Amino acid sequence: MTAVIERRKEMKALSTNKAVAEAVKDSDVDVVAAYPITPQTTVVERIAELIGEGQLEAEIIHVESEHSALSAVIGASAVGARVFTATASQGLALMHEVLHITSGLRLPVVMSVAMRSLSAPISIFNDHSDVMNQRDSGWIMIFASTAQEAYDSIIQAYRIAENPEVLLPVMVTYDGYLMSHTIEPVEVLGKYVSEEYIPKKQTWNVLDPDKPITMGTITSPDYYYEFKYSQAVALEGSLPHIIKADEDFRKLYGRGYGVVDSYRLEDAEIAVLATSSYYINLKYAVDEVRKRGIKAGAIKLRVYRPFPREQLYSMIKGLSALGVIDRSVSFGMTPSGPIALDIMSSYRYRDAPPVQSFIAGLGQRRMLIEDFVKIFEILEKRAATNSISEKSIFYGVKGVEL
Amino acid sequence: MSFEETRIKTLWDIPKEEHFVGGHSLCAGCTASTIVRHLLKVAGRNTIVVNATGCVEVSTTSFPYTAWRVPWLHVAFENAGAVASGVESAIKAMKAKGMIPFEKEINVIALAGDGGSFDIGFQALSGLMERGHKVMFVIYDNEAYMNTGIQRSGATPFGAWTTTTPVTRRIRGEWRTKKDMFDIAIAHGLDYVATANPAYPVDMDVKFQKGLNTDGPSLVHVIMPCTTGWRFEPRYGITIAKLATETAVWINMEYDRGNFSVTVPVRKRKHVREYLKLQGRYSHLSDLEIELIQQQIDRKVEEINRRAGKEVIGPLEA
Repeated sequence: MTAVIERRKEMKALSTNKAVAEAVKDSDVDVVAAYPITPQTTVVERIAELIGEGQLEAEIIHVESEHSALSAVIGASAVGARVFTATASQGLALMHEVLHITSGLRLPVVMSVAMRSLSAPISIFNDHSDVMNQRDSGWIMIFASTAQEAYDSIIQAYRIAENPEVLLPVMVTYDGYLMSHTIEPVEVLGKYVSEEYIPKKQTWNVLDPDKPITMGTITSPDYYYEFKYSQAVALEGSLPHIIKADEDFRKLYGRGYGVVDSYRLEDAEIAVLATSSYYINLKYAVDEVRKRGIKAGAIKLRVYRPFPREQLYSMIKGLSALGVIDRSVSFGMTPSGPIALDIMSSYRYRDAPPVQSFIAGLGQRRMLIEDFVKIFEILEKRAATNSISEKSIFYGVKGVEL
Repeated sequence: MSFEETRIKTLWDIPKEEHFVGGHSLCAGCTASTIVRHLLKVAGRNTIVVNATGCVEVSTTSFPYTAWRVPWLHVAFENAGAVASGVESAIKAMKAKGMIPFEKEINVIALAGDGGSFDIGFQALSGLMERGHKVMFVIYDNEAYMNTGIQRSGATPFGAWTTTTPVTRRIRGEWRTKKDMFDIAIAHGLDYVATANPAYPVDMDVKFQKGLNTDGPSLVHVIMPCTTGWRFEPRYGITIAKLATETAVWINMEYDRGNFSVTVPVRKRKHVREYLKLQGRYSHLSDLEIELIQQQIDRKVEEINRRAGKEVIGPLEA
């Protein structure tokens, strides 16, 4: 180890968007490109201020679309710069083509997504439709549940993405408005993390006139398949590196999150799984239903791609039923929740509890702690009466009986 | 290197070093390779090329082979302008942070066909130009989507046959006129915009030099006869390119910080028929239609002469 660096930790009141901007500053990013989209905008506004104030030495590219935002950071990353972009909703959908190219080129791009619903009809509010559409694009996907976790996850994301064993882009997502625009206490670490935890080192192939390479070639059927296979292997193989990055972070700064997290699961008979900010309210609901004699627990999925199969299995295997809350719809599929589908297909050859899929909160339909309590009650009743349904329960839709 | 010291005046001044090399699969007689070869001779080895999807991209980088001796990047069809913006910004940021030696000069070139610049690539190109990145955008314009098999683009000229503007009873080739990229680029406030022609390599190479020396974005729009899409024998590529200028279908001009000039004046113009008759894409044209095209050119020549303030393009040969 190098000499002990004086760590200047500081508590700040930050929205998750502002926390992400702080993380970008503390990661000593070189190039930022983004296009304004609600509810992401304040991330880039804050980054522009930080650059303007001289707190971050970076180039900001005011691109004319999200498609160009991701394209520009690809160009910058290809030359060896540490890069960042942020988006949401339609912007992420517009990037879709380029998401695949980023992972295909194996560039360590880091992006934040303030998750938001997709048109039509237009809604600027929260759900996970934007992100779930990108789950097969070859990116590592991390869901943050708090502003603190978002800050820490952005920093971890550079460690993961630039790891020569990984070299994949990472997206750190969090709930639009519910998190992007709500203020929480966040402990920021200061810029020394970029020297200590994520030192600048070009671990990937870069465009250098002294060592010219050709990047983004055309391939024939003789080679394309091998590229995609190696990408699949790399994403699958990134999980231990993600875990290691989190453990190293905990050792240095005292905070870690794991790839899945749980609450009061030790003696739980049923549990509900949720992502991002829902997990926080879910924990309150667990305390509430336990008062009523239901042995309930909560599970949080933090890393969604690669899917933490073993880690999640060790949590759920003893349960009598698992509820999964999705905030997007896989149209035309039963059940309709993408995470529920992933869990069911992951353990189809193993002894796993029955999964009840719930869809909730689309377009930021209000979900209070009492709604999570109701979800536990529905799950408990269905588990007791052996009536877990193959179909998703669309919780909270007006005019639809549960 | 400083381009001022090695100003190209004759063919002998063109650098001998090759950075775009053989072994690629561009068509026999393709003039894109002539353009790119000259472009890299002028730019030299300290160059990064960002290539939009198109003929040049797919024909020169068939994995595991490459025809490029300079760093080269392809991302997608519509975003060469954005990707090049990122490359340029990264070099700037990394120089400021000492990650790249400050004195190291690296040319950033975005290269695209007419689709990747006039049409799908237009937005990213506009963004690049408006933001002022020091990038030279080079368009090799073969006037249609030749990579996908000759479909019309915003650069397809009036009267030209393509597979999507077919010659039939009700449609007789392209019925609209070509988009004017030269003035569109000037309207973005660029310091240097030029049109060039591989049949005039010294003129073309000087323009590449000037574009690279511009402190900000520059655009060089190059006509590129396409043997496949224009339907001519491979040996006629440069002949047709030359006729384009001799008939004033294509005018080699330049806009340099407010000064407009025609760099290849034409004392007496040939009739456009000389240019059209060598190309299969115009073989359906009637005498009446050819005259209509001639009239369009006459009007354009008038306008150019007015703009130049003197007669730089002469009258039709008798």
